[in-house]
Amino acid sequence: MEAGKTVNAFKWRLVLLAVPFWLAGCQSPDTYYWGHYEGLVYAMYVTPDKIPPERQAEIMEADLQKASAANKPVPPGFHAHLGYVYFSLGKLDLAQQEFIKEKTRFPESTVFMDRMLANLAKK
Amino acid sequence: MKTRCLVPGLLLAVIAFTGCVSKPYDYANFRAHPPRSILVLPPINESTDIRGTYGYLSTVSWPLAEMGYYVYPVAVVDQFMKENGLPTAGEMQQVPLKKIGDVFGADAVLYVTVKQYGSKYQVITSTVMVSAEGKLVDVRTGLTLWEGTAIVQQSSSSGNAIADLIVAAIDQVVNSSTDQAHVVSSQVNTQLFMTKDHGLLGGPYLPDEKRQ
Repeated sequence: MEAGKTVNAFKWRLVLLAVPFWLAGCQSPDTYYWGHYEGLVYAMYVTPDKIPPERQAEIMEADLQKASAANKPVPPGFHAHLGYVYFSLGKLDLAQQEFIKEKTRFPESTVFMDRMLANLAKK
Repeated sequence: MKTRCLVPGLLLAVIAFTGCVSKPYDYANFRAHPPRSILVLPPINESTDIRGTYGYLSTVSWPLAEMGYYVYPVAVVDQFMKENGLPTAGEMQQVPLKKIGDVFGADAVLYVTVKQYGSKYQVITSTVMVSAEGKLVDVRTGLTLWEGTAIVQQSSSSGNAIADLIVAAIDQVVNSSTDQAHVVSSQVNTQLFMTKDHGLLGGPYLPDEKRQ
């Protein structure tokens, strides 16, 4: 909190000058269609009772539709996360499809996704 | 992009302490070992707000992925580690790099400590402060590729006492039902990772038109 106290009027003016630049930075469009991915990660931990896995899956399925309509890819981790949600719901076939999509789209995930797929095979 | 760009109504002030440092970061290690993939471990939370760990973790994928990296699914990684006998962020951050390489195949690991996370209410204003420090480590060599710190403070004070009273009243209503620090965490991460000469270099998936 000491940092806050040291800010004098001059600095605040500088800060206000910086705000338009910061807002301007937002105009660059995202590469990915993010939908509710990060919001669901937050909800999972902070308000888990409000968003059960069934609802998470529905929201993410709707995001996939919207991403497709917007002609944008979903971000790294999206398919893996959805796969994990399906897995927790016992929908193993759907989980498998999502883990495969993740590693097809992002080969960097192969080692981890193969591990998730191997876990599925044990069920 | 809604919450990341727009802060309707309230006067917003952002202090980028990273911006005060003029000397660019030394990217020698980063350039020698450019990662394709980043595994973000849940952050160690040094704030007094228990929401710090996941409030932060749920805002970190966006900047890293938009910078062009493969970012492992943060919640799946967290759950996977918990199921494998690592219940806390502190324990997860102790996992040897060799093991991280074997289990995830990650090129780099991001270790984060959330130093501050939360709101401070005064009589007529409230201040939300979030600060974090991050360190990106190469999994194969153990070299530090990058380190950074960012602090964002959002204050509702305008200098006009009556306006401030109204704002503070609205603020307390809004902040009591939502986690304002969660929104501010996104700004911390934008500062931390996307500031030119101090953030991360662009990764393999960064479109050419976004390269500086």
